[in-house]
Parts: sequence; structure tokens; C-alpha cells
Amino acid sequence: MYMVLVRTRVLPGDLLHDSYTGIAPPNTYKLGNKLFSLKVGLVEIDGKDVKLIPLAGPYIPRVNDFVIGKIIDFDAFSWDVDINSIYTAHLPAQDVFGREFSSQTHSLTSQFKVGDMLAAKIIAFDRTKDPVLTVREHGLGKIVHGEPIKLSPSKIPRLIGKKGSMAKIIETKTKTKLIIGQNGIIVVQGPSEGIVLAARAIHLIEEKAHMPSLTNMINELLTKEV
Amino acid sequence: MIDENGIRLDGRRWDELRPIRIEVGVIKNADGSAYIEFGKNKIIAAVYGPREAHPKHIALPDRAIVRCRYHMAPFSTEERKPPQPTRREIEISLVLRRAMESAIFLEEYPRSIIDVYVEVLQSDGGSRCASITAVSAALADSGISMRDLIVGCAVGKIDGQIVLDLSDYEDKEGEGDMPVAYMPNLDKIVLLQFDGIFTEEEFKKAIDLAILGNKRVYEILKKALIEKYFGTVEEK
Repeated sequence: MYMVLVRTRVLPGDLLHDSYTGIAPPNTYKLGNKLFSLKVGLVEIDGKDVKLIPLAGPYIPRVNDFVIGKIIDFDAFSWDVDINSIYTAHLPAQDVFGREFSSQTHSLTSQFKVGDMLAAKIIAFDRTKDPVLTVREHGLGKIVHGEPIKLSPSKIPRLIGKKGSMAKIIETKTKTKLIIGQNGIIVVQGPSEGIVLAARAIHLIEEKAHMPSLTNMINELLTKEV
Repeated sequence: MIDENGIRLDGRRWDELRPIRIEVGVIKNADGSAYIEFGKNKIIAAVYGPREAHPKHIALPDRAIVRCRYHMAPFSTEERKPPQPTRREIEISLVLRRAMESAIFLEEYPRSIIDVYVEVLQSDGGSRCASITAVSAALADSGISMRDLIVGCAVGKIDGQIVLDLSDYEDKEGEGDMPVAYMPNLDKIVLLQFDGIFTEEEFKKAIDLAILGNKRVYEILKKALIEKYFGTVEEK
């Protein structure tokens, strides 16, 4: 049977496909040849192509994700970073000070203190080990100013939009800059009126992420207020 | 307890449920939460996590662990109930946890813990069934991967007749009570307790009736979740 479904809402346990061959796509599971949903979300089915977009859920780290975190602790060789996930991330001191790092000559607090925000990339993570971060790339490192705002990690793609269109609308209309972490933390930089507006737009995305006309709603909100 | 017209004390027929209302996402600081009114039961369930397990040695390397606390508020009963967990509350915490563990994809969150808190604000008969329904709504709200939603509903025997969804009085004065929690899409029973005496036929009839009742609870639960996440109930 060839099935086509366009953005249909599903709940955990809903049957998505009754003769699915192949590996179950993310957020679904297989029982025999039947494919079931694992989450509340929207499903798109085109024959064998099943895609489930969850509307809620914790952030599970993935290698190469750009994340925004906060330093919560440090020891002689690394910092512990809260990345809004199940697992605490680690930033090794060697990543910041280079190979010649020595706990005797370098002070970790000279670079990052507890409470500092930073933009980082995940370079290693699997089920058995906590995520490891790096800041040795362009655009990564300490975030000195801006307002952090939380959004459900599953709604981040909605905030970015197709090829970054939604983020671009918010940035130009509110005259701010958005630093969007895959882990659901967004830092908004710019004038304070702009930050307030951007925050309202982000909250609207949180509430109405499932609506198809979200871009228009954001446009309307921002045009009305400016 | 059943009159000559087949009407029970609260005006229901043998196969009728009490009124049920479910609201999802009632606690802002929890990762998922739900409130249920099941007859006179008023219950809040909250899910926190998956989060890092503390102390760390309780974490399992290959899957998440679930911690459940079912608690009745001191003002939830007719006479004040001391706040410390009673034997009954510890038992219900356990059976709720076991029911949940069969639905949650624990392997997806290794080394973590999922905390589930159930607070009974007002109690009536069948609070464990109401609780498991609220808990599954809260788990779905938190976005934790679940094989299926769980719904609960009790059956019992009063005046020699098998009836659906016992109230507190019917539970205490009746001849039998059997809470059943059920996964409707997978057609699996995840909690079954029994207290009283049924014949074999009565037991079979009771199971069928419980599943029927559970399917009705499921429709209400589905509506509540759709309302929270998609605003309206009508399919677009």
C-alpha cells in the first residue's frame, strides 16, 4: 500500500505504517512490520519515506551540534558545561590552552569562570560517555553580552526556518542578532527593545510551532510592534 | 447498591464511567505535567527528566531508571491522612512505576533518571487508574519516547453484578475490585490487581469490560493531548 500523509498530528503509540520495511526512522519504532509513533508530533509520509517531527522532548546531544552552554563547575583539567541536556558536557582545558596545557602553569578561571556563557560545538558523544565540547572554531567561545532565552529543543528548526528564513525575519525586524544553539538556548544580542520583541516572537514560536502559517504570524507580530 | 432499574448510587448504569476531565501542561517548571479529574478524584502528575541520576551509582549504564512517588495530600481523604507514605502509597508508587516502565523507551536515555510525582488532591475510588492516566499524559507532554499511551480504569462486582469504574463507596462495600491499566494501540495490559472473588466467567467479563472502559478513557486522553499541542480537536 502506498501511503501519503501531509503533516498529520500523531500521539505516542499511533500506527504510522502497517507494512514498513527498513530501519525505523527517528522518533518511531517498529513492531514486526508495523511502524508506531513514539512522540506527540507531526508526521509526513510519502510511501517509504516517514518523517516524524516531535513537538516536545529533551535535547539529546549529537556530534557536530552547535550548542550554547553555561559553565557550572571546573576541575584541574576541564570545565563542566550545562548544555540543557540529560548529560553535562565537558570542555577539556587542552582545547582552550593548547597542547602545552599544564595544570601547574595555567589557571582555568583565567579563561572561563563559573556562570560564563559559551558557544561550543560537540566533538564527541555516545551513549556511554558524556559529550565533549570544543571552542576552537570560528564563532565559538565565550558569549559576553546578550540575553539567553529558552525554547523547546524540538522547536529550534521552526525558529530557524527554511534556509534560515524565520531567524532572518526576526533579526531584521527587531535589529538584533540571534545565536541559536541546537540545544534550545538562544542568545539575543542588540538593543533592549529589540530583545524584548525577539523574545515575544520566540515565545510565539513555542506556542504555535505546529501551525503552518507561523511565518505570517511572526511577521504580523513584529510589524505591528515596530 | 443497584436499584431495580439498574441504576447505581450515583445515577450511572453498570457500564458507565464517571465524568473525566484531563488537562495537560499544568505545571510550568516540570518537563511534563497533567491534571485529571476522574469522578471525585483530583490528581496532579508531574514528570521531571530524563535528568542526571544522583547519587551517580544508582544510574544504569544501558537505560534510564524511573522513580515514582504517589502521594495523597493530608486533606485528600474524608478524615485527615498523615502525610508520611503509607503502605498503600508505597505499593501504588511501585505498580505505577512498573506500568510506566513497560511503556517508556528506557534504552533511549542511558545513565539518566525519570522522576514522576503523583499528588492526589482529592481521593475517590480508582485513584491508581486515574493516576496512571495522568502520568501517561504527563510523560507524553514531556516528550519522552513512549511505546503507547497508558490508560487506566477499574471494574468490580457489586450486588453480584460486574460493573465498570467503582466509586469509593462501591469499592468499600462491594464484593470485588479490579484496576486495569491498558495500552490501547498495542492491546496490552500493563497493570492488573485484584481484590475479591470472581468466578472464571466473571473474570473474563470483567477484563472485557475494563478494556471497553479503558478505550473510552483513551479517547478523552487523546482529546486532552491534542488540545494542548494542536489547539483544536477537529482534524485539519
